[in-house]
Amino acid sequence: MSAVFKSIAPRPAPVRTEGFVPWVRANLFGDWKSIATTLIILGLAFAYVPGIVSWGAVNAVFKPDADVCQAARGTGACWGVVTEKYRLIIFGRYPYEAQWRPEVATILLLALLIASCIRAFWRPSLVLLWALVIPAFFVLMGGGMLGLEAVSTDQWGGLPLTIMLATFGIVLAFPLSVVVALGRRSELPAIRSLCVVYVELIRGVPLISVLFMASFMFPLFMPVGKSPDVLIRVLVGITLFAAAYLAETVRGGLQAIPKGQIEAAQSLGLSYWQTQRKIVLPQALAMVVPGIMNNFIAIFKDTSLVTIVSLYELTGALSLALNSDADWRPFKIEGYLFITLIYFTFCFSMSRYSLWIEKRVSVSKTR
Amino acid sequence: MTEKIIVFDKVNKWYGNNFHVLRDIDLEVGQGERIVICGPSGSGKSTLIRCINRLEVHQEGRIVVDGVELSDDLKAIERIRREVGMVFQQFNLFPHLTVLENLTLAPMWVGKTPKKEAEERAMHQLQRVRIAEQAGKYPLQLSGGQQQRVAIARALCLTPKIMLFDEPTSALDPEMIKEVLDVMIELAGQGMTMLCVTHEMGFAKAVANRVIFMDEGQIVEQNSPDEFFENPQSDRTKDFLSKILGH
Repeated sequence: MSAVFKSIAPRPAPVRTEGFVPWVRANLFGDWKSIATTLIILGLAFAYVPGIVSWGAVNAVFKPDADVCQAARGTGACWGVVTEKYRLIIFGRYPYEAQWRPEVATILLLALLIASCIRAFWRPSLVLLWALVIPAFFVLMGGGMLGLEAVSTDQWGGLPLTIMLATFGIVLAFPLSVVVALGRRSELPAIRSLCVVYVELIRGVPLISVLFMASFMFPLFMPVGKSPDVLIRVLVGITLFAAAYLAETVRGGLQAIPKGQIEAAQSLGLSYWQTQRKIVLPQALAMVVPGIMNNFIAIFKDTSLVTIVSLYELTGALSLALNSDADWRPFKIEGYLFITLIYFTFCFSMSRYSLWIEKRVSVSKTR
Repeated sequence: MTEKIIVFDKVNKWYGNNFHVLRDIDLEVGQGERIVICGPSGSGKSTLIRCINRLEVHQEGRIVVDGVELSDDLKAIERIRREVGMVFQQFNLFPHLTVLENLTLAPMWVGKTPKKEAEERAMHQLQRVRIAEQAGKYPLQLSGGQQQRVAIARALCLTPKIMLFDEPTSALDPEMIKEVLDVMIELAGQGMTMLCVTHEMGFAKAVANRVIFMDEGQIVEQNSPDEFFENPQSDRTKDFLSKILGH
């Protein structure tokens, strides 16, 4: 006689484990260590938050009045410095009357970047959009045509410069890094060595020295007056620098692809480039999205170093705005907090976007 | 026998300087032949079939597949790979592509087939391996047996003349082995040239024209399945068979 298999019907869990109260109980007051930590954090919040609120908001001065600010020093923040100087901080030395041009150019560029991040825009016409917006950006910034007065690149500055350097740094460094990462794994010794030398050389020096080279040394080797614009030289420097780091991130992803994937692609007759493009890179890049975004965010913030070669991007423009004005110089902290907010907005958006991408590419991994 | 579609002529291969993995292999495979290769692990059986589509490179001797000799000529290799389908122990499906995309990839990119036609042919192959309803899923959402059947369908999409199976059921749960073997038996019934590395002796008896036993990089013995199992010639073969059939 054989026993009959009887399936046990599923039952709900006896204790609620989802929702706000169970979450608080489990995560904030789970055991004595959590309770102690929670209490310490609450204590610190009670001690410091009121002070920060009163300095930053209650006693703060919002009017662009240096005397009032001076009087409130120590008790309240002087946001007036931002009200007074924001155009100089955001646009740097760009001629005051023509500042609508960088404004429009930056909005165009940002709109292009945001569109490029949205799935609905991922079609061939996006390339056309880039081909239109990028020249428009440079025409607006540089002028010298269409009745726009010429503005030389050493007068470009502030946020437009930061965004431009970061955008082009990322957009140019990324494909370069993929090529270098593939090159480091090439079976051809010459290509492999070239890529290794490039990566190790660049990683062996700080960005500042790369920028110095690009800005001051490079023209010495060129015929007088034949050297490309400083902005282009700096951009090439940033790109080469960023690509070396990115290449190593990408290589990490390439190494994680099982050999069987490549063999399967080969057995189907796919060529080397088809295999890389269709099989290896989509999986490798998906695996290192967090690392890549790390690099992108680093590039964005590293643009602040171009100040040392006299290009006044956001950070440089802030110093420029405050150092020359004795009335406002004492309120640097407020100025820095303002650009901190700008940097944070961009970097945080990038990191949230990377989370979204991660979720998207992990679709195929969910069972 | 009919026309020779694969010829090994005194093929030798080494891994590194000292590991002589294939030793003086001579082998002729006729069109439509179904060959099962067995032998202990490390005997070179996988290496042997992986040389046929040049996933492994041999150092001495000649291998001719469908009239084309294997050399460093990339174009020749790519042409041969189009004629030779391969199924792996670990399936090696592309996890970032859906089942249907796994199947249409090579026809579209290698065979230059238009997408619509490639999809129709892919669906036909999926029906052949009885898994058409899973076309929109990702490989990791399928069971091992289903994945391996998709892998077979993928290899069939380029309408190969030869199919290579490298231990296709070794990574499967016992309950799933049969569904994969059934598909392979069906394929054998349709006249496909097949080389299969496997220890499924039931499968060998059911479909093979010839069983090859390898050890230490050599072909020790080859014979029809009946003769091979009933009347093994060498001691080494007898010893091997007693181990795998003994329990």
